[in-house]
Amino acid sequence: MSVTRPEPSKLYHRKMPATWWLTKPSYFLFMLRELSSVFIAIFLIVYLCQIYQLTQGLDAYIAFARKLSSPGWVFFHLVALLFALYHSVTWFQSSAVVLQLRIGERLIPRPFVMALHVGAWAVVSLSVLILFLALKG
Amino acid sequence: MSTEKTSEPFWWGLFSAGGVVAAFLVPIHIILVGFAVPLGWITDSGALYGAWWVKLYLFVLIVLPLYHWAHRFYFTLNDIGLKPISKLLAVLCYGGAIVGTIVTAWVLLQV
Repeated sequence: MSVTRPEPSKLYHRKMPATWWLTKPSYFLFMLRELSSVFIAIFLIVYLCQIYQLTQGLDAYIAFARKLSSPGWVFFHLVALLFALYHSVTWFQSSAVVLQLRIGERLIPRPFVMALHVGAWAVVSLSVLILFLALKG
Repeated sequence: MSTEKTSEPFWWGLFSAGGVVAAFLVPIHIILVGFAVPLGWITDSGALYGAWWVKLYLFVLIVLPLYHWAHRFYFTLNDIGLKPISKLLAVLCYGGAIVGTIVTAWVLLQV
């Protein structure tokens, strides 16, 4: 796949201070959204570490889960959850802009596409919860 | 204007898929793994990790958001003034996601 783009040497790049994202609330929110991916990734790595404990036996797995009940870890998961929710909402918002859903000729309004996403999110989350409860043993 | 081959659409595809997985699936898993099990709201004997389709699901759940992270973090680091070392950042970010993919596959096959 080839993409046409200007020669980098012919582009003018204005020097930006490293703290440009602190100059406007909207820039700061943009940075928070980008940062959400870091917390989501850390959470998933910790989860993988917990799953790995199963190879060391059930006791190791349960001990790991118990370790996660410490205030520090609960705080981490609280922060991670807030970032994850922020990612979900901003992702659905941008999807509602990108997805041009139509019924016949008529474009489905953005708030409705957003509502569809949130509804699907609720159904998916509930399904994961039910499956987890059914399979956890 | 120049026409050059770029791998960006490939990485963007993984970024996008990871964004969808993270948006729909990660919050409920944080609630389960970060709160419900450690705080004793529900008990978990680890039995569910034996099923092959659960492993496949977990592979998707863990791996795709790593590429989402790689893409976002790479551009964020570029945007805060690290553009001069962007080649190194690309190797660290996308390479990190690839290493994460291999480790995840390995762990899930061991369980």
